[in-house]
Amino acid sequence: MSTITSFLTRTRGTKKLHFTDIITYFYLFLGTVLMFGPVIWLVLSSFKTQAEIVTFPPRLLPYRQETVVVEGYEDPLPLFEVTLEDGSTAELAQVRRIGLESQLIDPANPDEIIKVPIDQREPIEKVVFSLDNYIEGVESFNFARYLRNSVIVTIFATLLTLLINSMAAFALAKYHFKGREAIFFIMLSTLMVPLSVILVPVFLVITTINWNNNLLGVIVPAAATPTGLFLLRQYMLTIPDELLDAARMDGASEWRIYSQIILPLSKPALAVLTIFSVMWRWNDFLWPLIVLSRSEFFTLQVGLNSFQGELNVQWNLILAMTVLTLLPITFVFALLQRNITTGIATTGMK
Amino acid sequence: MTTQSLGSSISEGFSRFSYAISNLVVSILDFIFGTLQRLVGIKGMPYIFVLPNLLVFGIFILFPMLLNFVYAFTGGSQFFLDQRPWVGTANFEQLLTCDNFLDPNTCYQDRFWRSIFGTMAYVLGQVAWMVVISIITALILNRSIRARGFFRSVFFYPVLLSPIVVALIWKWILQENGLLNGIIVSLGYEKLPFLVDAQWARFWVIGISVWAFMGFYTLILLAGLQSIPADLYEAASIDGANEWNSFWSITLPLLMPTMIVVLVLSLIRAVQVFDIVFAFTGGGPGTATLYIVQYIYENGFASPNKLYGIAAGASLLMAGTLVVLTLVQLRLRREEV
Repeated sequence: MSTITSFLTRTRGTKKLHFTDIITYFYLFLGTVLMFGPVIWLVLSSFKTQAEIVTFPPRLLPYRQETVVVEGYEDPLPLFEVTLEDGSTAELAQVRRIGLESQLIDPANPDEIIKVPIDQREPIEKVVFSLDNYIEGVESFNFARYLRNSVIVTIFATLLTLLINSMAAFALAKYHFKGREAIFFIMLSTLMVPLSVILVPVFLVITTINWNNNLLGVIVPAAATPTGLFLLRQYMLTIPDELLDAARMDGASEWRIYSQIILPLSKPALAVLTIFSVMWRWNDFLWPLIVLSRSEFFTLQVGLNSFQGELNVQWNLILAMTVLTLLPITFVFALLQRNITTGIATTGMK
Repeated sequence: MTTQSLGSSISEGFSRFSYAISNLVVSILDFIFGTLQRLVGIKGMPYIFVLPNLLVFGIFILFPMLLNFVYAFTGGSQFFLDQRPWVGTANFEQLLTCDNFLDPNTCYQDRFWRSIFGTMAYVLGQVAWMVVISIITALILNRSIRARGFFRSVFFYPVLLSPIVVALIWKWILQENGLLNGIIVSLGYEKLPFLVDAQWARFWVIGISVWAFMGFYTLILLAGLQSIPADLYEAASIDGANEWNSFWSITLPLLMPTMIVVLVLSLIRAVQVFDIVFAFTGGGPGTATLYIVQYIYENGFASPNKLYGIAAGASLLMAGTLVVLTLVQLRLRREEV
């Protein structure tokens, strides 16, 4: 305990904990609860049964009534803590309930039926993290299909984004050619117009080339991202031209210079763009929503949204599927959080 | 093995794997581009390099931008352009017809004006909260605290979650029998209609967007704070300035450029808000949280009689607003530099 206290009070080089430090740590504690709390609540709730999910007020942990298998009864019987007429309590299994009366038996002595008013019994519960919601959800939600689509879109879109943007960035950073300024200006001016503004006409283009209900229609249109192009170009400008000239003297082709010199040297910028692209594509919603109207092509985000819009929403299943959807991103974040946060801080983009 | 080293070894393995794949692709491309260079010469190569990007960009962004004008000046409910009659500025006239511009009920396209007023209120509220909370958080993270990396990640984590996931998490917490109402009741108060009441819905739409995105702006501001040279503070304290003085005369002025970036970025993104609100309230209750992109989406894709011209006209008006916002940003940046 004293080590913890001394650890916590060892701040700012001064001997005592200043009151601003207390405010600081209080703020950080509150922030941690607010940021992680909702996600933790989601995860805890996703293990609850359908009956428990609608009980109010909600309980923190997922409980499940204990059951017991008694000879002569096919299904496991729910266990109750029963207050008997003489005031003593006993653990009994309920056989059936008729109106306000409950018929119970002692598991040790299954022949004798005890009749008790229902307010004299309390269910016996234990905390269970059951995967039932996950199993049922994956079956009824077609999770595997949506996951497959999301993974395909994310991987191929990211590869395409990296390839075409790094090529164009190389040309714009390392060559002087006619039209360079014009290309630059056009791209710069579209930086401010988001895809959501040109929804209708892009959909016309997609329909004309028959790409709706085709993952290509989700992958290709946003691959030429001006943000990524500028990020890469700015980075490539710092690579010295002498390196390129030396390679040319040695007879390297322009493509070789790009693939063997420029690309390896631009790794940090490429890494940042990779992280962004994965994040954009995995979380993308509006565009897949428009291009994909048949459910077998849905990505996870579109599928999840249509699942919650169905009649008779089964929250227990939705919660389980939501957890599965946020799991991969959370995993990547836990592994790469340092790269991600510094990457964003230095480039200032998302 | 610690998580850190496990993390770096996995990410290294991943990068090695992707490197091997890209090597294979590169050697195939090597052959194609070698042949191309023999055909067009070194002078032609930059055009080859920009071509794939330009093709995708031209077909899916630039060309649609021009088509958007065609849609905006044609009418009817037909999708293909050759079946759409030219109507001149009729779509814009419809959108902009109001007896009283402050009262959406008097407008011909009342939902358009509702979405505009809704978006304006959302943008003002969201940007104000976002900037204030991000600055406070960045200032706190910039103090010499323990485990700064951890806390920085804590605030950043929701940024990575998809808008749909964010919306579902909060819908679950705020629903009638949700966690928050559970806490309120256990404290002895009445349940509150968070998702049913228009005012509460507007409040929470702003609340959850701030929750989801503040980590991003906090990071940018933190980077700005850390780029302020430490010797400035030392010099100030030698001259007898206290922390409060240094904050007002060093931190704030030097952070100004970063704050303008944050302000404009959050403004531009707030105008375009869609998915998080669409999954959270669907624009409701009523039209309480109907914003402009959803209005465009509904007219172009979701309503039974599709008014593509109206959707395109509205998106042109929105694009105009965004262009103005960006130009203001560039102007402000230049003045700062």
